[in-house]
Amino acid sequence: MPTAVEFREISKRFGKVLANDAVSFSIAQGSIHGIIGENGAGKSTLMSILYGYYQADSGTMLIHGIAQSIPNSHAAIQLGIGMVHQHFMLVEDMTVLDNIMLGMEGGFRLRSQRIRIAAELAKLCADYGLEIKVDARINTLSVGEQQRVEILKQLYRNADILILDEPTAVLTPQEAEALFAILRLFKQQGKTVILITHKLAEILAITDEVTVMRAGGVVAALATATTNQEDLAHKMVGRSVATELPRQTLAATQVVLQVEALSLQNAQGVHLLKELNFSVRAGEIVAIAGVSGNGQSELLEMLAGMRQSKGDKISGKVQIQDYVLNYDKKDPCLAAKLRKLGVAHVPEDRLRDGVIKDFPVWENILLGQQSKQTYLDKQKCVEASDALLQQFEVRPLDSHLRLSQLSGGNQQKIVLAREIAARPKLMLVGQPTRGVDIGTIQRIHTELLALRDAGVAILLVSAELEEIRALADRILVMSGACITGELPIADYDTTRIGLLMGGLHK
Amino acid sequence: MNSELPRWATSIALPLLNLLSALIVAAGVIYLLGESPIEALSILVQSALGNAEGFGYTLFYATTFIFTGLSVSIAMQAGLFNIGSDGQMYLGGLGLTLVMLQFDASLPAWLLIPLALMGAALFGAAWAFIPGYLQAKRGSHVVVTTIMFNFIAASLMNFIIITYLIPTGEQNPASRVFAENGWLPRLNAWLPALGDTPLNLSFVLALLCLFAYGVVVWRTRWGYALRAAGKSAHAARYAGISIASVIIITMLLSGALAGVAAMNSLAGSMHYLSLNFTSGAGFIGIAVALMGRQHPLGIFLSALLFGILIQGGADLSLEKSNIPPETFIFIQGLIILFCGAMENMYAPALARILNLKWRKNV
Repeated sequence: MPTAVEFREISKRFGKVLANDAVSFSIAQGSIHGIIGENGAGKSTLMSILYGYYQADSGTMLIHGIAQSIPNSHAAIQLGIGMVHQHFMLVEDMTVLDNIMLGMEGGFRLRSQRIRIAAELAKLCADYGLEIKVDARINTLSVGEQQRVEILKQLYRNADILILDEPTAVLTPQEAEALFAILRLFKQQGKTVILITHKLAEILAITDEVTVMRAGGVVAALATATTNQEDLAHKMVGRSVATELPRQTLAATQVVLQVEALSLQNAQGVHLLKELNFSVRAGEIVAIAGVSGNGQSELLEMLAGMRQSKGDKISGKVQIQDYVLNYDKKDPCLAAKLRKLGVAHVPEDRLRDGVIKDFPVWENILLGQQSKQTYLDKQKCVEASDALLQQFEVRPLDSHLRLSQLSGGNQQKIVLAREIAARPKLMLVGQPTRGVDIGTIQRIHTELLALRDAGVAILLVSAELEEIRALADRILVMSGACITGELPIADYDTTRIGLLMGGLHK
Repeated sequence: MNSELPRWATSIALPLLNLLSALIVAAGVIYLLGESPIEALSILVQSALGNAEGFGYTLFYATTFIFTGLSVSIAMQAGLFNIGSDGQMYLGGLGLTLVMLQFDASLPAWLLIPLALMGAALFGAAWAFIPGYLQAKRGSHVVVTTIMFNFIAASLMNFIIITYLIPTGEQNPASRVFAENGWLPRLNAWLPALGDTPLNLSFVLALLCLFAYGVVVWRTRWGYALRAAGKSAHAARYAGISIASVIIITMLLSGALAGVAAMNSLAGSMHYLSLNFTSGAGFIGIAVALMGRQHPLGIFLSALLFGILIQGGADLSLEKSNIPPETFIFIQGLIILFCGAMENMYAPALARILNLKWRKNV
């Protein structure tokens, strides 16, 4: 079978990170090819290189057997490559037809073009069994329908190599099934589909071949028929040894955080959290493992009192010590109230939520703690800030610097220092070491373990299994807005966690 | 790029460079009008600063601009661009006048003047509350609503003055003159050297407000919440700061400061309410806030600069018939252009020069 795409020794470096490390594999024409890997494995970078968003530092790409350089997405489209992004690129207020026409109107007068293009679209829809009303406005469509519009757009642009980035992440199971039916039809028509996903079941259900990526490289390229979920999970997560940090034996006793049947639906009716039940005790680190975007961020926002989105439907109960959180009335000050109850929060997106870049360091130390005193004595604040910087070895040790002048690792240390200094009873930690250098990671882990030993209840969300292994006493795995499994650290098993992360129960 | 510059460069060197650019363009225009820019400058400076009386007038004008500048600045700290200070000041004038007309025959000065001050603040705040509420609860952009509220204020005041406030038998669209116990004490009562200038107690109040503004914004938890909400809505949400209440309270304060600006000219100088008495002071407040970088000292200095331009500009156009009085509005526009719209124009160049120097030192 001829190849549609062949990667030869593709490498791409971002600063210190080698995102793609001599990646080589090929994708047969007329096949559905799956690419799986954890976050940061290099899947998205590779597809961005194929679609012309990035240029490879070295290596060549062959499209239909001919070496091509793809300097931008326009060149990719010319070569028949189409991409359906995880986040749709649609103009919400325009109709389906206008969205598809956008950029290829083909003439000065729109009316005649509209009629011509509408006819062509009707034919494409019939050929591929896509049910789309071309004069409907995008914002009246469901997510699944919007995705079909994206696919139709690529078809209209004559894409014969279609890249789908996590296409089922936002779909209901039924919509996902409908999508697969469409993809199978594509295959029959001789088109090539590249499917990026972390859901193992999907890979097995629909792909012909699968490439497993880890840490920027290809670890396996297999025919789907020759593999199974356990094997894929094992290859995807890989085995490596965690550096063991010393810790005391678990002396957890009193329940600090109790979550019962917590569900969250957004305004579109999508379940972001579904029937969560768990508790965190004092002196215990409970880690939530899972691929990003399976509800972990929403859970943290809920527990920290930050979620303010309109149209949310919330049910269930969250209790922190004796206090039952009330989500009925959207209270913008809930986060401040929770802090008074002893909840500290190191947010996942620290640059967006956890700091104010234009403020000096000492004012960032006050963020969230601002209501403790009415008059802010600058001298005292700076002294307190200096002491914290010293304790956490922040460099440079200067509380007057603007926060944006510090490195990412030092910014994270400041957030952590501030939250630890508040002497919390419950600590919510999201991705504490994302984008942080190795030395600092060790430091942050040590601090969190010290906090645990001091009797703080810690809920940790991390996409890094190594981190979870190093810190957790108990592991919850989230997938598709649900908790799919729970295991104590003694039963740590990468393969099993990998399977649970892929949405496979038991 | 700008954040790479040291603080003295962003807060002193850049505004001065911008101001200089505006003045150079203004000088070019004066030259094209057939006058010597240097002579014009010396007349301007002589008139505004060179004698006690002129200086008194300069400070008198600056007083109003300090208030409107503060009004715009405090809103900017919370990330709100309040263009409506002019309308809020206009309404503040109404609040003050209503108190004066009602009580100037019955109340002593020490009671009447604080009451009038409260009337001015209250009316200004009320006028700013509506756009603030709409922004906080309905997401209507405060820039758009405050512009509209300026027009509404102008029409409303037209109606009120002409229908209710003109004394019977008068043609002039203005209220009656307040009784003398409603007149703010002038500073020349204590400093005779100031000569016959309308500089009054409002100036002292303006300085107090500058100080209070600095303390509240930078040294209280409420000011912290205000600046945090202005810089990052996400961080405010994280910290449990209610953005809606920050917006509403800030607009109330901003409106109150604009309302109090009416004290200076109405109770300190004119002693009656007339149509369009603000003569654009609210808009100059925008320029003052931009140029002064919302810093108390900066607000004071730029308010002073605009005081100089008004006082000196008036004399300049008297002496030089080629230079029309509108030249001042033109210079004001240039300053807003250079200090507001293009405030970072010189930042890259300055950063490069400083970098070079730094490398040489190493």
